[in-house]
Parts: sequence; structure tokens; C-alpha cells
Amino acid sequence: MRPARFDYLAPTSVADVVSVLGADDSAKVLAGGQSLVPLMNLRLAAPTQLVDINQVAELDFLRVADGDLHLGALIRHRRLEFDPEVARVAPILAEAAGLIGHPQVRNRGTVGGSLAHSDPSAELGCALLALDAEVTVQGGTGRRSLPIAELFDGFFTTTLEDDELICQVRVPGTVPGRGWVIQEYAPRAGDFAVASVAACIDLAPGGGCVRVRAAAGGVGPTPIDLGSALGELVGETELSEGLLRHVASRAAEVIRPAADLRASAEDRRDLLQVLLVRALPAAWTRAAGSLSNGGAR
Amino acid sequence: MREIALLVNGEPVSVEVDPREHLADVLRDRLGLTGTHKACEQGACGACTVHLDGTPVLSCLLFAVQADNRSVTTVEGVGTTEDLAPIQRALSERHGLQCGFCTPGMIMQALDVVGRANGGLTPERVRHEMSGNLCRCTGYVSIVDAVLDAAAESSSVAAVPDNEPTQAEVSG
Ligand SMILES: Cc1cc2nc3c(=O)[nH]c(=O)nc-3n(C[C@H](O)[C@H](O)[C@H](O)COP(=O)(O)OP(=O)(O)OC[C@H]3O[C@@H](n4cnc5c(N)ncnc54)[C@H](O)[C@@H]3O)c2cc1C
Ligand code: FES
Ligand code: FES
Repeated sequence: MRPARFDYLAPTSVADVVSVLGADDSAKVLAGGQSLVPLMNLRLAAPTQLVDINQVAELDFLRVADGDLHLGALIRHRRLEFDPEVARVAPILAEAAGLIGHPQVRNRGTVGGSLAHSDPSAELGCALLALDAEVTVQGGTGRRSLPIAELFDGFFTTTLEDDELICQVRVPGTVPGRGWVIQEYAPRAGDFAVASVAACIDLAPGGGCVRVRAAAGGVGPTPIDLGSALGELVGETELSEGLLRHVASRAAEVIRPAADLRASAEDRRDLLQVLLVRALPAAWTRAAGSLSNGGAR
Repeated sequence: MREIALLVNGEPVSVEVDPREHLADVLRDRLGLTGTHKACEQGACGACTVHLDGTPVLSCLLFAVQADNRSVTTVEGVGTTEDLAPIQRALSERHGLQCGFCTPGMIMQALDVVGRANGGLTPERVRHEMSGNLCRCTGYVSIVDAVLDAAAESSSVAAVPDNEPTQAEVSG
């Protein structure tokens, strides 16, 4: 089977990509191709113009500046999985990337592509929401930056304009006393997660929780911010079983799960709670460990 | 149609392609390299795995135009019938194939896994790294064993220090 016919362009600058997108409504960006091409192979997508961004060198960078990790849109999942700077500055991203599909998929799939595709069960969207990442996009009217929460619009849709390209993501670096974890349930290795949870807990030197951030994937039309449900952890000096179950059940109220072939909405609520009951203590333990060894991982 | 230049298994080739043609189709139908197999065309089975500039990629999800001016290695570029590569020999010795449909993709992925192993491969790691390659026949046990054998062989080769003469140099 073959995709429908299309014209192919491979510009070498963001400006050129944006001008092609601006000139042709039906033009579609091709990044790693690991989500778009399967859809084209089934003819569920039939763009008449593909704009391959793989030769746009300015989108292919990974650097640490002012303690934050800056990722170009073309950074592949595989790079996140193994890059020592990612492991140091945003270790949860390395772990999240390792959960995406299979190695061959990770060799091609990109950060920008994953965010633009906006699959609610995508690991990166979930982890980057828990990290309060910021996304920079460029379109015909210029460049703008937005909190990642404002990128996700709904099931497989974003707030991007037709001529806007995701250019980079800024990920706040980890700090001493922060523990993180990403956990998911998928029936087989490499499958999309039925439900996933990414959590970051900050402990003060005395041991009390000063901040908790968490997001869930696969349990709503977009990754869901669980921050409001978990607020009661702030100020606590230990994570009792009762408190853990209480916040997990509150989290199950803020998600908006749907049923599909793999799980009912109710199963997803249960799964989310199981994942949280495992993830929060794991993040807490890592946070305590980070404090006791002076912030090094 | 457009003309692209590829280095396929070390040989420069140029070929006219329609942008919608997958690399897998061009390899198979234009260049006669039918060792690269296609099954799902969805990125899910790994049968179409080839190396693009040394990295394993799914050739059912890559358009041939994207490989213009780049190097592609297929299973035809790995070993010969008389002189199998270590992973090919190990698959044969371990009975790591039955129908053989998955085997070319397995080999291309395994080469990368073995190449990056650094002596640290465990059966679990092999299963994780080979999870994108499906096999309907073997039940995987023999494939995992073959990858571990190939890795053990290549690490014993790599263990020879650089400045020490190899067997060939000594006897030659
Ligand atoms: C077998 C298989 C298993 C998978 N499993 C998982 C999984 O478990 N978890 C997971 O998260 N993903 C999974 N994926 C998807 C994979 O992560 C994709 O790489 C990712 O979703 C899309 O990234 P891409 O670079 O391949 O984008 P593409 O497929 O090239 O593009 C996807 C969409 O994003 C748009 N786009 C791409 N880049 C940009 C940009 N910079 N700006 C604006 N729009 C852009 C494209 O136009 C297209 O609409 C799987 C894929 C396969 C084939
Ligand atoms: S045919 Fe390419 S992954 Fe199955
Ligand atoms: S040997 Fe038949 S599919 Fe693997």
C-alpha cells in the first residue's frame, strides 16, 4: 500500500518552512515520520504537500543554559534516552523517552513531532507538562513562546496555527531535593500507554514537601495536570498510606478518561490510582536521596 | 519523479523515484534487494529495518527521497553465504529462524544492539532493544541467545588491545 501522491520539499531554514506552510493550507510538516507516515500509509492522512524539516539544522540542537535544558524540535527520542546532559538536567525525560515505542521508532521520532501530534498517551507530553516546559513556535506572524499546557487543545489537536512550526522546548532543570518518576501501564513493551503518570516532588532540607507537580497521560483528551489534586502533599513530612490513597482518589476525579478497545473509563480511573500510589513514594524517595547526596543524582 | 543518489551497501546508485515511494519499495522493486521485507507498513513489526547512515530505521516509514545522498545498508550488505557475519552464524547455530521472514530486520537491529553493547548485554536488555522486531515462529528465545552469542564474540574480538598484533598479522 502506498500513500496518496504528494509534492515534496526539504527546506533548510525555519523561515522557508514557515513560508511554505503559509502559502499552502494543505502542506504538512514531516519530522520523524513515525506518526504521520503510518497515517499516510493507511490514507487516513493524504497531504498534497510535505515539508520535510529534517534538513533544518537550526532545529537540531540540545544545550543547557542557565540550568535549563533547551531542545530543538528535531531532537530524536533516542538522543533524549541516552544523552548524558539530559540525564543530568532533566532525568525524567530520559526515562520517558525510553518508554516510547521501539528503538527504531525512537531513532527517528522527534520531540517536536510528538508534541505536534498531541497523542494524549504520549510520554513526552505527559513528562513535559509535569516539568512545566515552555514551547517556542514560529509562524507567519513571528515567534511566540507558550507554556506547554497551552499547546494541547484536545484529542490529537494543538493550538498551533496552520503555518506555525514548533521550534524548541525549554525544560526547567532539576534542582537539589527534587525527585521524579514516570510510570505507565502498557500491555506490551513499546505499546502506547493505557495510562501513565509523571511526578516531581520537591523536599526542603528539613524533609518537608514544598512542591509537587504531576501529570497523567491516556486518561483524557490531552495530558492532564494533576497539580490541583495533589496539593495536600505540600507541607507534609512523610507520605502516609492514608494520604497517598486520598490524593490518588482526588486525582481520579480530575481526569477525563474515555473508553476504548483497551480499557474502560473506569479501568483507567483505577489504573491512574495504582500508578500514583506507586509513583509518588518513588519520587519522594528519590527526592530524599537527592537531598542526602547534595543534589547529585 | 526525481533523481536521488544513494550509497547502497557501499555501492553508489542513482534512481528515479516518486516522493511517495518508501525506501523499502525502492530497495525491493527498483534495486532488486528483496532481503528487506515489508509486513505491517505501520512501524510495528521491524521486518523492514535497514541502516540509514549506520542507524536502524524502518524503511516503510521513510520515503526514498529522504535518503538522497545518504548511505543505506540492507541485509544484502551483511556477510556472504560463504562468510556469514557473527550474528548470521549465531542465528543459524541457535536455530534463531524458522520461516525467516523476520530475520533480515532482526539482523539489522541486532547489529546495532551488538555494536553498542560494550560488554553489558543481558537477556533483558536484548529483549528491550529488539522489542520492535516481531517473530511469528521462534518464540524469541533462540533469537535472544543468538544476539548474546554475537555480542560475546564481538567483545572477545574487541578485547584484543589495539597495539597487539592480530593473529593474521602474526601468521602473515
Ligand atoms: C510502532 C510505533 C509505536 C509508537 N509508540 C509510541 C509510544 O509508545 N509513545 C509515544 O509517545 N509515541 C509512540 N509512537 C509515535 C512516535 O513517538 C512519533 O515519533 C511521534 O509521535 C511523532 O514524532 P515524529 O517526529 O515522528 O513526527 P511526524 O510523524 O513526522 O509528525 C507527526 C505530526 O506532527 C507534525 N509535526 C512534526 N514536527 C512538527 C513541528 N516541529 N512543528 C509542527 N508540527 C510538526 C506533522 O505535521 C504531523 O502532523 C509510536 C510510533 C510507532 C510507529
Ligand atoms: S513493515 Fe515496516 S515495521 Fe512492519
Ligand atoms: S522466523 Fe518466521 S517470523 Fe521469525
